[in-house]
Amino acid sequence: MERKAINKWFDRSFYIIGLIATLIGLAVLLALVLDILADGLGRLGWQFLTSYPSRRPEEAGILSAWVGTLWIMLLTGLLTIPLGIMAAIYLEEYSRKNWLTNLIEINIANLAGVPSIIYGLLGLGLFVRAMGLDRSVISGAATLAILVMPIVIMATREALRAIPSSMREASYALGATKWQTISSQVLPAAVPGIMTGIILAMSRAVGETAPLITIGALTYVAFLPTSPVSSEFPFISIQGLFDPFTVLPIQIFNWVSRPQKGFFEDAAGGIIVLLIITFTMNALAIWIRHRYQKRIRW
Amino acid sequence: MYKQYQRVKERLIEGALFLSGLFSIFITIGIIAVLFFETYEFFKEVSIFEFLTDTQWTPLFSEKHFGVLPLFAGTFLTTVIAIIVALPLGLVSAIFLSEYAPERIRVMIKPVLEILAAVPTVVYGYFALLFVTPLLQTIIPDISGFNALSPGIVMGVMIIPIVSSLSEDAMHAVPMGLREGAYALGATRLQVATRVVVPAAFSGIAASFILGISRAVGETMILAIAAGQQPRLTMNPFVPIETVTAYIVQVSLGDTPTGTIEYKTIFAVGISLFLVTFGLNVVSYWLRKRFREVYE
Repeated sequence: MERKAINKWFDRSFYIIGLIATLIGLAVLLALVLDILADGLGRLGWQFLTSYPSRRPEEAGILSAWVGTLWIMLLTGLLTIPLGIMAAIYLEEYSRKNWLTNLIEINIANLAGVPSIIYGLLGLGLFVRAMGLDRSVISGAATLAILVMPIVIMATREALRAIPSSMREASYALGATKWQTISSQVLPAAVPGIMTGIILAMSRAVGETAPLITIGALTYVAFLPTSPVSSEFPFISIQGLFDPFTVLPIQIFNWVSRPQKGFFEDAAGGIIVLLIITFTMNALAIWIRHRYQKRIRW
Repeated sequence: MYKQYQRVKERLIEGALFLSGLFSIFITIGIIAVLFFETYEFFKEVSIFEFLTDTQWTPLFSEKHFGVLPLFAGTFLTTVIAIIVALPLGLVSAIFLSEYAPERIRVMIKPVLEILAAVPTVVYGYFALLFVTPLLQTIIPDISGFNALSPGIVMGVMIIPIVSSLSEDAMHAVPMGLREGAYALGATRLQVATRVVVPAAFSGIAASFILGISRAVGETMILAIAAGQQPRLTMNPFVPIETVTAYIVQVSLGDTPTGTIEYKTIFAVGISLFLVTFGLNVVSYWLRKRFREVYE
């Protein structure tokens, strides 16, 4: 009887310990958000969003940083989404089990675990030096595209795997070819899962700092990449791809590394903007997943 | 005629998809080639023996020493601190979520934990430097403004979701029958968790631990911001140190011309880092695969 009571007591107390252990993460998240809001809320405003960085903390802003982030995000998506989805379709729908597909599979799992700064070294050696693209927007985007591609591939594969084979069989029975089946039946049904993966991959790309510093992205940029559209002939320009750039996380890092207290407030202001972007994207991804998990029952 | 056109089209599409699949292999080859090439150049000027045994790392000074040990000591120290935080908390929280928490709470907490993993690391760096370090300074007065302890702790918190989420998946995969057998013998929930579920899910849990360690070893921005830039062969968590990753950032921020020895050092330490994390990832992948085969 005595022993039973002790065991019961252990069981009860573990419930509390487990709850605390789980809530510590949330408590830290709360402390982090409150700390940053307290430091940075005062800096937020129109002037902060429309000014270049400055020597004087109270005049500094994140214009070049958020425009750079936008450029990088769009280009990274453009490069990584088609390639990632195509690779996933091959692995999930076409590949036969042999040593090569096995190798590709292990390789992708491994790439997902390579530290992001190593991708920076790859970008530095390959895009910046060997291909001579210099510290440009396109070098940064290509580096990040490679970095987040495993995320897109793995999410797409999971989404494709969730589509029941009866759907494919029905399509084949109507005489559709393999690609017709995939492109008009399987892919549309897998869109929510793929979207979730893409959003998470993009949110990762937005927050990455180390690889972009490694390829030599500038930390003080008081200009914008050349605009892709202009009022003069030929109206469209790709010059912006080859311009130097900075992004929000790098701007934040630059401000954090300065001794003056005023720049810490700028950093906190930048972090608020960055967190709004990443939290919105993550919430969207969670919402899409949740909504479609509920609605569709195969 | 149309049929033939269809067949060719199908073939072409399959070919294009296959090439995309192959692309990931090229990435790996690219990483290894770039790292090896510059590292080879580096070891033409510095002996491997000096690299691995010298106890000083001063490539940016006029009197140059190329001993990688102080950098790895920094990485090791911060990783150990992170693990001390993340492994127990992650495991306990996984047990709680998998064995104790009602479904309702589980569904609510998991997305929030995922958000914890989605916070950009530069934000954690800010938090470590300007919140956790001042907090630690009130408890331990002689801790330096840059130190290993604060970023280590913050990194640990960042890794909790990785450990807890993967461990929980592994525990979730343990068949209900095993638990029911133990309950039938009169075991409490805690006994079921610690004596049945955790041992049964062990390889999955171990995989999550190793993945967490690998994340800590490769983490960059938190350490570049809050740990300092002083490579030092020490296990003292209160003084400024420098990790492998933070060193790469330090060199990248400066204007180091291509071809100089300083430029080559980042590839040499980069490949060391790559090999360490690669080893950890392979072990983790193998463990996960093994555990999947057991119960699925």
